[in-house]
Amino acid sequence: MVKTKHWVPLLPVLVFVGIVLILGRSLHLENRDTLPSAMTGLPLPSLVLPSLSGGPVNTRELKGEVALLNIWATWCPTCLAEHQYLNQLTQDHDLPVYGVNYKDDPVKARAWLAELGNPYVLNLVDNGQLAVHLGVYGAPETFVLDAQGIIRYRHVGELNERVWSSRLGALVESLREEAGVR
Amino acid sequence: MIAEIGHLALWLALFAAAGQVFSGALGVTLRHGILMAAAPAFALTQAVCAALAFVMLALAFLRDDFSLAYVAANSNSLLPEFYKLAAVWGAHEGSFLLWILIMSLWTLAVAMDTRLPLIAFKTAMLVVMGALSCGFLLFSLLTSSPFDRLLPFSPVEGADLNPQLQDFGLIVHPPMLYLGYIGFSVAFAFAIASLWLRPPDAETLRWLRPWTNAAWCFLGLGIVLGSWWAYYELGWGGWWFWDAVENASLIPWLAGTALIHSLAVSEKRGFFGQWTLLLAILVFSFSLLGAFLVRSGVLISVHAFASDPERGLFMLIFLVVVVGSALLLYFFRFPPSIAGNYGLWSRETFLLTNNHLLAAAAGTVLLGTLFPLVYESLSGGRKLSVGPPYFNLTFLPLAGLLALALALGPLMRWSRTPVRIILRQVAWLTGISLTAGLLLPLLLSDAFNPSLMLTSALAFWIFGGLWMVIRHESFVRNPSASRVGMCLAHAGFVVCLIGVGFSSTLSQSKNVLLNSGQETTLAGYHFRFEGVVRQRGANYLADVGILKVSPPPLLGWFSRSAIDLRPEKRLYPVRGNVMTEAAISPGLWLDLYATLGSPVGEGWSMQLHYKPFIRWIWLGGVLMALGGLIPLFGRRYRRVARES
Repeated sequence: MVKTKHWVPLLPVLVFVGIVLILGRSLHLENRDTLPSAMTGLPLPSLVLPSLSGGPVNTRELKGEVALLNIWATWCPTCLAEHQYLNQLTQDHDLPVYGVNYKDDPVKARAWLAELGNPYVLNLVDNGQLAVHLGVYGAPETFVLDAQGIIRYRHVGELNERVWSSRLGALVESLREEAGVR
Repeated sequence: MIAEIGHLALWLALFAAAGQVFSGALGVTLRHGILMAAAPAFALTQAVCAALAFVMLALAFLRDDFSLAYVAANSNSLLPEFYKLAAVWGAHEGSFLLWILIMSLWTLAVAMDTRLPLIAFKTAMLVVMGALSCGFLLFSLLTSSPFDRLLPFSPVEGADLNPQLQDFGLIVHPPMLYLGYIGFSVAFAFAIASLWLRPPDAETLRWLRPWTNAAWCFLGLGIVLGSWWAYYELGWGGWWFWDAVENASLIPWLAGTALIHSLAVSEKRGFFGQWTLLLAILVFSFSLLGAFLVRSGVLISVHAFASDPERGLFMLIFLVVVVGSALLLYFFRFPPSIAGNYGLWSRETFLLTNNHLLAAAAGTVLLGTLFPLVYESLSGGRKLSVGPPYFNLTFLPLAGLLALALALGPLMRWSRTPVRIILRQVAWLTGISLTAGLLLPLLLSDAFNPSLMLTSALAFWIFGGLWMVIRHESFVRNPSASRVGMCLAHAGFVVCLIGVGFSSTLSQSKNVLLNSGQETTLAGYHFRFEGVVRQRGANYLADVGILKVSPPPLLGWFSRSAIDLRPEKRLYPVRGNVMTEAAISPGLWLDLYATLGSPVGEGWSMQLHYKPFIRWIWLGGVLMALGGLIPLFGRRYRRVARES
């Protein structure tokens, strides 16, 4: 009786160890930032949206090359951090990045690009029509499109050196090879 | 320059906190008076430095110093000053600085409290709180300093505060929550000091009670604010989503509620000492766990900050050190158990039941919150979400059982209550609640509605019990602050219960397409659509729908006078945004709520909501918090604890 009583207080410790193991594992799980996207494997929905530079663009035209589709906004703090990396990425890798300026003020957006540099091939102005189809949680999010304009991967959150070197870089390379073979 | 002063102040705060830990620990070990007396001085220094750092960051915001990365990311020169100040805690780095400031203020409050003359014991508490501060400060300085500069290329203009955060409810919400979360560190430090030095006696436990109450009140108010904001801002009438971060605040609140009750038994009767100490450790551990879940990014939630695994790792290690060592200490210094000598029908039994139910409720919510992570780990990365069906199925029955026990608990005497008295009371209560449970639903709804009946029966069961408590001679003779507070908090529970039960069963809504001049009916209310007018606002153009609402003729006092609802659809030409402004007509008995959709042909689509008793949910929450606050002003807790 006495002995059982003595071991009871170990129970919280054990439960806690379990919780820590789970938390630690989810912290290091490879695809921590990937959300299953229902759109993976499907082409972009066909929409005609205005672009920041002027004329309307059909989303189906965004193909021909492996590319990134980056959802961003000037009201999004993380996008500011991400922006510098995007500038560097497009310089280093010769990779087209299509921007989706999400629920934003086009005037501010243009000023932001003029000031901080423009890594984008073009920028769609989206008040949510496209984002709803893509199931966007918030900015920033980045989708990887293959040469046929099909969504192959979704990354939620900031795109940075770590994300690129651990996942996106390799994926983009393999998609490019795939496109080259065809 | 401002930022450098702030940064330096943070480092100084860290040294002060470390000084507090070392001088205190050495002083307690050697029983050295001067070393122990140094700890409060260090606590004061730490608080001053933390406040200085906070003020410096605020100044950087007010002066639009966009060379600071944090300011550039969260402010803009055009942002009103009020929001610039609020932006200080608008994102991860700054809100953590607020967290540090609040921690240092709670520490200072404990250090200055003269009602606890046990020098060694209080110093031990300061050691624990200082160690926590050290961890928080290191985390901020090493992984998320708000004072990092964007040099040499600093932007001319900032990125602006997230528009969703530009709202009064959301500005007060985090400080309230943090005051609650961190307030529980007092109870945590108390538990550690008890395990370290000596088991607590009635006097020191009494000293702890107002601290726990205060933290609990702040946390409760923070939760209420968040829920209220979700209701009016998100625009579809929901008020609780079982979102991971909401749960992260609910779990410590539930455990804190249990702690408040078990402290009562421990203080007054000397029982449950082991359990009380464990709870004191757990409540704060849940707060830390919540902070981890929000800030590490392991969970996907509307609240999540931009995440970074390094931060997550640091926090996890911190969590392991703090909670792990506390629980191990608890295991090795397991306090001696005092066999409780009380009968089945006693207040002790009911408070124990309360604790079991609240602990089970906290455990259920914790399980539901962490289960997606468990599943993800075990299934190799597949995702799963646990939603309202799970929580409704597990949490609501526990709340119901709690409501059953809640009416009887305060009627019980300590130690033993004569069964004769209980039977008489239970008979009365059963009568009242059955009558009300059958009659009230008929008044409110024409259909047979079991959950409505259950809610009203439970509500009158508790109200009946409270009425008996208030009428009882011991209450009439001495309506002390503690008793009044208890009754108010319990009344708040019922009000909240009624709000949840009635609003979820009686609410109605419909989507309609109306041409101007057409009418529709919802829950007896006639909505006549008068058409849409175009209005010009300060920086937007609005289509304003005009709905003339007339109440049903027969409900009398329960109904509303005729009103106009004016839901809007605003176009902000500068941003190019279209925003929907719901028209909410709030009332104690019911809210009417309309949102404007889009034009369809000649008419407009719109959504109409009828939400009775919805305000009672938050009213109940506020009453509970008030009930917890009132005892703090009573005479009982002003007495100085004597050394026994």
